[in-house]
Amino acid sequence: MTVIGWIQIILFCAIIVALTPLAGGYMTRVFAGERTFLRPVLRPIEAAIYWAGGVNETREQHWLTYTVAMLLFHVGGFFILYALLRLQGALPFNPAEMSAVAPDLAFNTAVSFITNTNWQNYGGEGTMSYLTQMLGLTHQNFLSAATGIVLAVALIRGFARASAKTVGNFWVDITRCTLYILLPICIVYTVFLVWQGMPQTLGAYVDATTLEGAKQTIAVGPVASQVAIKMLGTNGGGFFNANAAHPFENPTALSNFIQMLSIFLLGAALTNVFGRMVGNQRQGWAILAVMGILFVAGVAFCYWAEANGTATLNALGLTGGNMEGKEVRFGIVGSALFAVITTAASCGAVNAMHDSLTALGGMIPLINMQLGEIVIGGVGAGLYGMLLFVVITIFIAGLMVGRTPEYVGKKIEAKEVKMAMLAILAMPLMMLGWTAIAAINPEALPQLGNAGPHGFSEILYLYTSSTANNGSAFGGITANTLFFNITGAVAMFVGRFFMIVPAMAIAGSLAEKKSIAASAGTFPTTGGLFVGLTVGVILVVGGLTFFPVLALGPIVEHLAMIAGTVF
Amino acid sequence: MLKELRPAIVVLVLLTLITGLVYPLGMTGIAGALFPKQAQGSLIEKDGKVIGSALIGQAFESDKYFHGRPSATTGPDPKDATKTVSAPYNASNSMGSNLGPTSKALADRLKEDVDKLKAENPNAAVPVDLVTASGSGLDPDVSPAAALFQVPRVAKARGLPDQNVRALVEAQTEGRTLGLLGEPRVNVLKLNLALDALRS
Repeated sequence: MTVIGWIQIILFCAIIVALTPLAGGYMTRVFAGERTFLRPVLRPIEAAIYWAGGVNETREQHWLTYTVAMLLFHVGGFFILYALLRLQGALPFNPAEMSAVAPDLAFNTAVSFITNTNWQNYGGEGTMSYLTQMLGLTHQNFLSAATGIVLAVALIRGFARASAKTVGNFWVDITRCTLYILLPICIVYTVFLVWQGMPQTLGAYVDATTLEGAKQTIAVGPVASQVAIKMLGTNGGGFFNANAAHPFENPTALSNFIQMLSIFLLGAALTNVFGRMVGNQRQGWAILAVMGILFVAGVAFCYWAEANGTATLNALGLTGGNMEGKEVRFGIVGSALFAVITTAASCGAVNAMHDSLTALGGMIPLINMQLGEIVIGGVGAGLYGMLLFVVITIFIAGLMVGRTPEYVGKKIEAKEVKMAMLAILAMPLMMLGWTAIAAINPEALPQLGNAGPHGFSEILYLYTSSTANNGSAFGGITANTLFFNITGAVAMFVGRFFMIVPAMAIAGSLAEKKSIAASAGTFPTTGGLFVGLTVGVILVVGGLTFFPVLALGPIVEHLAMIAGTVF
Repeated sequence: MLKELRPAIVVLVLLTLITGLVYPLGMTGIAGALFPKQAQGSLIEKDGKVIGSALIGQAFESDKYFHGRPSATTGPDPKDATKTVSAPYNASNSMGSNLGPTSKALADRLKEDVDKLKAENPNAAVPVDLVTASGSGLDPDVSPAAALFQVPRVAKARGLPDQNVRALVEAQTEGRTLGLLGEPRVNVLKLNLALDALRS
């Protein structure tokens, strides 16, 4: 570890903290329907969409209607993407002449993109036409991200409102989120990325003759416009197979730093939106503090592990850390920081191959995802995931002092706790259940890229990442098989909707409740005690659930490495 | 619930067209106008022919050129299209080795490469990035140490004094961005182009 490495980490955290109230204030105004500086340009488009869709923007929806609207939107998105994948061979914008994607891979990919997972069982430059990349993948990057954000906003409204029957209008929220938040940032961001060296062209792959006379076919495409939303919307599905490690998908150290910031920007800002909407920004800062503690601990541990290298490297006298699977321009700190950020948020873009991380360094991404990606998290998903943990924490705190627990003026009762537990239990069921089944499936095991405990970690990582809707991988596993395509899609589906629907039920239930004034007996939720207790609950729940499986994978691998064993 | 069907279809289709066609095509136009070189892939031409991209590494094998990092990319087997074979720096199939920290295959590969490099230059420590495969398999850079390590070989193959080649490496070394971000690096293709220019 180096001083300059730590300065980069501290700078990153400081910028996120500084941007949080700015972006949070803007987003709050957008979702309240207030005037913003972009209104003169965007309002005509917004109004036209409502007019064509027959949307009455003043009519709000009950939480069930809101949820059904969201599900219909997903179903439609799924069919568009699946159709594009199957038909791309016959459609335009296909200079590399890609043929139709196989049915099971198309199914997995379509589920993957509507759930904001963006797991890649395909290699982008070898599978997808430009039309699919734009109309299929770029568009789902926008809409699945917007869905996550508006669901978080609906849940916040549940906390913020009193005696209300409705939580907002899904069509209005999704349109405003896309037009006023995601698109404007992406337009500026794309220009920046192209300036840094990212291609943005519809031209065919380039044939070059190298200095030594060899042929090299260089894949290009409309990369920057997709990467902008891929990072901002914490989607993570790469244009290229190597994702953000590919020099065209992350050309410079500066593009790397900005990409890391953009992963966290909107997720962090939503904590501030929460604080503003419930009438006390300190409530938002307390949640961000819980996230920050878990994040910094993860970064420090991962950076330390990667800088230490591996037994194999050290035995050969190779110093400077574990560079296998990493790029020179990012180095150890730029790669370790990225790995923690991308799994803390539900992004899943990678700028280094996670399969080649050290055993302990690779354990941090696993833990981040197993805790439910609540450290900033996916845009929206991170906040509602964290609020589920807050509900549990408040409930436990209430049990300790024997009072009905309350949070931001709302009584937390049996229904909310049951719904929160449903979501928190569905995750480990998918992660651990499918891992156990795959680990004894004779058809699955030959697909592993590494032997020994690392092979087990590859399976665990696959289902953890799928369930958590992350999308990064221990890529040595060949997961483009019928078994993995189908089971992975089930994990992604359950991981998304068994989180969303209970969260919406909580939103509806809370919105109907009366708001009660804080009294001397109210547990304060803006102070250090609350932050510490929440961190404790998250680690205890995660620790009890996942320690055994981590012991079988990364921990035993680390011990084997110390003993000098290779597999 | 049925009344939600119309907005479901219309809003979805309209937002799909805006984000999936208008946005990427519009950005392609803007990018091409503002930064035409980068938008096309930062291609380098020599005598009117494309010889590569400044951002994409190439497989250099001759002693007269500086070498990049090991690349784990593959390509289709010319004998059997259903199989793949090693094809370093295949810029239409980026990938890393995905070998884990306790992989025997990785340990064997590292040992073989380290032995080869030690034989080539016994006077310097082998830089770690020169024997580890990059994440993309297309890393255009090596560390300054990895470039300097190769100076004696390149100088000998070209019949140039060591210090001239060393000075060239130092001139081609890029520092951290803003003195802070990333790591110091040397772009191998640009270094080799400068090397060719030096000779003529």
